[in-house]
Amino acid sequence: MDKFVRLEGLVAPLDRANVDTDAIIPKQFLKSIKRSGFGPNLFDEWRYMDIGQPGEDCTKRPRNPDFLLNQSRYQGAQILLTRKNFGCGSSREHAPWALLDFGFKAILAESYADIFFNNCFKNGILPIVLTAEEIDVLFAQALAAPGYTLIIDLEKQVVVRPDGKSLSFAVDAFRKECLINGWDDIGLTLRHAEKIHAFEEQRRAEQPWLFA
Amino acid sequence: MLQNLYDKLWQSHVVHEEADGTALIYVDRHLVHEVTSPQAFEGLKLSGRKPWRASSIVATADHNTPTNFWERGIEDPVSRLQVETLDANIREVGALAYFPFKDLRQGVIHVIGPENGVTLPGMTVVCGDSHTSTHGAFGCMALGIGTSEVEHVLATQCLLQKKSKTMLCRVEGKLGKGVTAKDVALAIIGRIGTAGGTGYAIEFGGSTVRALSMEARMTLCNMAIEAGARMGFIAVDDSTIDYLKGRPFAPEAEQWDAAVAYWRTLHSDEGATFDCVFDMRAEDIQPQVTWGTSPEMVVAIGDKVPDPASEKDQARREGMERALHYMGLEANTPITAIAIDKVFIGSCTNSRIEDLRAAAKVVAGRKVSSAVKLALVVPGSGLVKRQAEYEGLDKIFRAAGFEWREAGCSMCLAMNADRLEAGERCASTSNRNFEGRQGAGGRTHLVSPEMAAAAAIAGHFSDVRDLL
Ligand code: SF4
Repeated sequence: MDKFVRLEGLVAPLDRANVDTDAIIPKQFLKSIKRSGFGPNLFDEWRYMDIGQPGEDCTKRPRNPDFLLNQSRYQGAQILLTRKNFGCGSSREHAPWALLDFGFKAILAESYADIFFNNCFKNGILPIVLTAEEIDVLFAQALAAPGYTLIIDLEKQVVVRPDGKSLSFAVDAFRKECLINGWDDIGLTLRHAEKIHAFEEQRRAEQPWLFA
Repeated sequence: MLQNLYDKLWQSHVVHEEADGTALIYVDRHLVHEVTSPQAFEGLKLSGRKPWRASSIVATADHNTPTNFWERGIEDPVSRLQVETLDANIREVGALAYFPFKDLRQGVIHVIGPENGVTLPGMTVVCGDSHTSTHGAFGCMALGIGTSEVEHVLATQCLLQKKSKTMLCRVEGKLGKGVTAKDVALAIIGRIGTAGGTGYAIEFGGSTVRALSMEARMTLCNMAIEAGARMGFIAVDDSTIDYLKGRPFAPEAEQWDAAVAYWRTLHSDEGATFDCVFDMRAEDIQPQVTWGTSPEMVVAIGDKVPDPASEKDQARREGMERALHYMGLEANTPITAIAIDKVFIGSCTNSRIEDLRAAAKVVAGRKVSSAVKLALVVPGSGLVKRQAEYEGLDKIFRAAGFEWREAGCSMCLAMNADRLEAGERCASTSNRNFEGRQGAGGRTHLVSPEMAAAAAIAGHFSDVRDLL
């Protein structure tokens, strides 16, 4: 997993609430057995005028000019700004994979669906929760100023606006440490292998039917 | 100290806890299917790791297996690759049980777990699928997880979790004729909203819930995730224990007695507290029909499509307008005036034998309306299918004009050939009515099996109580 310490990136404002994972990556793309290559199909139904199929060359497909990711001012965006309950719906991890593959490294929203929120951290994406008022201001600023960038400093837990104002955000200490060090969860967990073994043996003794 | 059921389940699984409350939770049962597992097995192999306890795994192929023409195999090459990849992974790694494509016991993962007794009270059950909450009907901590977590569980037998807040959803009273667990679930979601349960583990309780059969409880817990909850569960009682007795993987002899003694402790202590309590009266619940693109957009069969003009909150109003536009509906249309193109009876929400019996009862001696292009019954598992055929339900459905299919997820998510075409409207017993869920441009209305059957007969939504 890549380390996440500090990011200065272009902001793409997606002004919708309750964006579900079906919208982030439609189900036909779940058939892949790989975990990379989903970027061209991110927001597929909104981004293209036709219905995409897995394995299709997306450069030849008709694009929806009104969708923000097709507009030149948002090319290269690394920060997705959106509204509440982002990532609701199916638990598919293809959603964060697609966001990451496209180039998004951080998301700013009022709230997220639980599973999606967890999946982001596991893939090195930082989902930041801000208040509705803060999000409103960011939308207004991002829409008004082409090339609008933000600085995200995970160490200090702040988002810094171009006007210098910084917005602080909360993040679990443990998740923060993992992101900053690029640690993967499995390696961290296996540090406790002995404890897991001991727990398992006790359980096997007490509830043997669980180990049939 | 008084504990609620979630406290008990949580406490009995904590292996290790970080200072900030992030805990390692031991996983008893790992359910695996073809869509969310290949990348996990790949990751495990790439990092040179071995599965911690392969005998915790129970696997099946369900999401994109075809439901007809099985003799032709899986024609879609991408689907076939996923299913074959699962075959290969299980062959290599091993499992307690594997029910591959075409096996008699193959079926939707959340149907086959309980059916085979691999879901037991007091367990942690995980699966790379959000509707894992279904298994909570057995008094377990059942969690949907992402593919990275699938890999984490494979490698460590643990899950990293923080304790959730708890909500008690209490339903009291007697359900009216034609009102089902599906209607209870939709009515709750209609009230608390799809984010109402976010951050919570929901315990369903009250006299209405206690009176539900195990299959109906599974329907209710299945939908907990649509209320935004991390999980939903119900205390163990006689129904739970009676259901499990004699299931293939349930304990036997002295182990059964020891297990039952423990399972009897799996309920919230009298007087235990919750972070939040939500109350509902069974008498207030009518058969439900969703009208929009989120399960919370739901009304009773006698109601009308709501009017966005009467919604004061701007964001909600816009959401309603967008939903109505997508669904091709006008505000204030009576629900019973909405004509349908297709009917789908199936999915991990409503594809068990009781669901099929209830739908068949409505269908018996009647015909599917000529206005309906396709009416599908997809049993939840091979065993459900066999049982239904033994009872002659297949004949009832076929005589009425339904198609009778092989088990699988089918039109719940349209990863196989069963899907809606753009603009088609479906009465569906599944759990999600998001845009495109049952096929790009398709319009889904969530209902109970009885209500789906009634809609099939009428060609539009109608009150099943008039047919009972
Ligand atoms: S039936 Fe539908 S909701 Fe259930 S596991 Fe299959 S795809 Fe998921």
